[in-house]
Amino acid sequence: MKENRILQGTLDAMTTRWQNYKILDAKDKRLWWSNFLIKNAIYIIIVLLVIYVQIYSIRSGYSNTFLSFRSIIDIVKRSGSSLFMALGVGGIIVLTGTDLSAGRIMGLTACISASLLQNTVEDYSSKMFPNLNAPPLILVILISMAIGALVGAFNGFCVAKFKLHPFIVTLATQLILYGAVLMYVQLGTNGGGPISGLTDSYKNVVKGTIIIGGTAIPYYVFYAAIAAFIMWFIWNKTTLGKNMYAVGANPEAANVSGVSVMKTTVLIFTIAGILYGFSGFIEAARVGSNGSSTGVNAELDAIAACVIGGVSFTGGMGRISGIVTGVILLQIISVALQWLGVPSETQYIIKGVIILVAVAIDMRKYLTKK
Amino acid sequence: MEEHLLQIKNISKTFPGVKALDHVSLTVRQGTIHSLMGENGAGKSTLMKCLFGIYAADSGEFILQGKKVNFTNARQAMENGVSMVHQELNQVHTRSVMENIWLGRFPIGPAGIDHRKMYKDTLAIFEDLGLSINPKAIISTLSVSQRQMVEIAKAVSHDSKIIVFDEPTSSLTDVEVEHLFRIIFSLRDRGCGIIYISHRMSEILQISDEVTVMRDGMHVATSPAAELTVDMIIARMVGREMDQVYPPKDNVPGEVVLKVEDLTALYQNIRNISFELRKGEILGIAGLVGAGRTEILENLFGLAKVKSGRIIKNGKVVKNKNSRYAKNNGFAMITEERRATGIFSVLNIRENTTIANMNKYKAKGLYISNRKMAKDTAWAIDALKIKTPDQNAKINNLSGGNQQKVILGRWLLTEPDILMLDEPTRGIDVGAKYEIYQLMINLAGQGKSIIMVSSELPELLGVCDRILVMSGGHLTGELDADKTNQEEIMALAAKYA
Repeated sequence: MKENRILQGTLDAMTTRWQNYKILDAKDKRLWWSNFLIKNAIYIIIVLLVIYVQIYSIRSGYSNTFLSFRSIIDIVKRSGSSLFMALGVGGIIVLTGTDLSAGRIMGLTACISASLLQNTVEDYSSKMFPNLNAPPLILVILISMAIGALVGAFNGFCVAKFKLHPFIVTLATQLILYGAVLMYVQLGTNGGGPISGLTDSYKNVVKGTIIIGGTAIPYYVFYAAIAAFIMWFIWNKTTLGKNMYAVGANPEAANVSGVSVMKTTVLIFTIAGILYGFSGFIEAARVGSNGSSTGVNAELDAIAACVIGGVSFTGGMGRISGIVTGVILLQIISVALQWLGVPSETQYIIKGVIILVAVAIDMRKYLTKK
Repeated sequence: MEEHLLQIKNISKTFPGVKALDHVSLTVRQGTIHSLMGENGAGKSTLMKCLFGIYAADSGEFILQGKKVNFTNARQAMENGVSMVHQELNQVHTRSVMENIWLGRFPIGPAGIDHRKMYKDTLAIFEDLGLSINPKAIISTLSVSQRQMVEIAKAVSHDSKIIVFDEPTSSLTDVEVEHLFRIIFSLRDRGCGIIYISHRMSEILQISDEVTVMRDGMHVATSPAAELTVDMIIARMVGREMDQVYPPKDNVPGEVVLKVEDLTALYQNIRNISFELRKGEILGIAGLVGAGRTEILENLFGLAKVKSGRIIKNGKVVKNKNSRYAKNNGFAMITEERRATGIFSVLNIRENTTIANMNKYKAKGLYISNRKMAKDTAWAIDALKIKTPDQNAKINNLSGGNQQKVILGRWLLTEPDILMLDEPTRGIDVGAKYEIYQLMINLAGQGKSIIMVSSELPELLGVCDRILVMSGGHLTGELDADKTNQEEIMALAAKYA
């Protein structure tokens, strides 16, 4: 019954759209198409890229083509690991903010997680705290998330209380955190070296796999899916989520309407921090070797993914589905460029151009057409 | 001498699905004030945007002093002697008056920009217009009225022959309006053609030579102002006879609901304000801009800090520390600046309607139910007759009147006892105004108490039961709306001005 109604609704909407299109004159039809092309430029570029790489991989006679199951799983895996941070920074962008400290929070919690969960059996000499017995995993997860939450709450508090721009606040905390990471990796017997040799239980909880269709999918992909669901719930089904959109769209009006701008801002930054902290825990085990440069610039990819996914810098707009799409698209681009053997220098340039295009398309929505 | 300064001939403009302008023609003669009237959406702004090249007209032509013109942007229009003083002034707030006037064409001397010449030229224009504004003052330190004068000076500096005024009086006090009219008259007398757009009937008849009325994108009629009455203009604008501008009042004030005692603000300039509000009463607050009218509402609603005084609601002292306390104590507030502090322009009708009331939509104490939100929004759309295609439409696409109704709906859903409205009909067309008045009277009839701040005295006299008058932060009078008149109110409003 319900499905039928929804289907009918969609059909009706499509019919009216088609009728609206039919009554346009030739000039307006051309305009409609050019608008359509510009609006979907990113997707069109990516579809073309995928087709090109697919043909290229068949021509080159690879046993696995670009669109093979294995390669798709590879993209899913990479997306899973970078989704946490994008989910966190997405909420801050909805509040018209940005977060430059995300990568450093991840780096700090990665180092802390790794140092607490180093193997005691083999390779005794490289252990950061030789006399430490690995605490329970859940405790380490909670510590990581608590550290993230603390920094996030601090960022949010400064933004809301002192009316500072998040760019400035997170620029400062980013520096502070960098100092903290550098100090932390000097602790114990580590002396600034990479922190590796993680316990099996730690590696297993992150990188252990479930076999689906003959391909191993690591646990962290499922954690990312769960995180996406929780964030979807928060954004769409809680007062906090609704207030977030309102504060992002117009903080003054939100205040008059009885929404606490302070509370909303602090909570959104805190949730973001929790996600960064958790992603640090995941990243440490996923990468295996951690140091002061872990997580550097990771926030830039996360912000780019949000923008590509339609989370607008003008505030009050964005969806979790968009962020997930943005993260996946960004990974498709990376993987495709690697398939083509594009050197990493060129990859940066291409990524930069794609982000510019995405933001330009986003801004077009708010410009009054003349 | 060219008698016909500007001729607008058969301009048509179509937006997808809407015929915004349908063969509109009008002629502005030299040395006259030509008023353009019509409800919101009648096509006045679209016509002006076509003139200034912001939109390209589909057909028709503009003839300036016998020459066909086709401007592609506002700057080009200005250079050719066609200027506009906007309702919302587009100025660089952080720079000086003279820099704003000469922006884009600074006089260049041997050592860069010639500030001395700029200063002298600006001063000359100001003296010519009888303005006493310091050319070096920063724009953001000026009042709205002064900033408007700067815009006019800019138009004069371009030697404009046609000057368009778009709702210039909507945020001016009566004294400032007088001053503005003197300047408009002096522009007229030196041979300019003025196009004057306003919703205020009385001033239209006071200053115009000719009045053109538009409706639904079409030219309805042009007549000399001397032959017109307010009722005739309204009839042309709405396309029907409008018996009354104000609906009949049938609310009966009951016992005292709210008592304000010696309210003094911490930062703002309002001192020792005391008054009472009755159940089912509409209480007006009159006064000049800056007299402290909005500040009273802000202090009652917790948007500003109270220094001393008591607010007693139903016999109990209430402290509205912020808007959340106020909301929980049964207060509601609709602010003056709809765009800045009212609507969430990128959000849809449903989100805009339900935002003040989120806690009510929790299903099973767990998640926000879209169904409950949709139901309440449907109620608001129905009860307030909000014209919208559906709940998912962006509020930005609605007319000002309908946006105002959405905000009213937002607050009615919180079931307030005391509804505070700050300039509720500003920038809203006649038909929608009537509906807002009717809603207010109905709400009062249902036992809600309403405080209404307004700069339009006829509106206060027509809708309110009692009127408080503010002047310079003091309460200078409390009048029975049936037994007072505009002169008495103005005298009280000017007491400390």
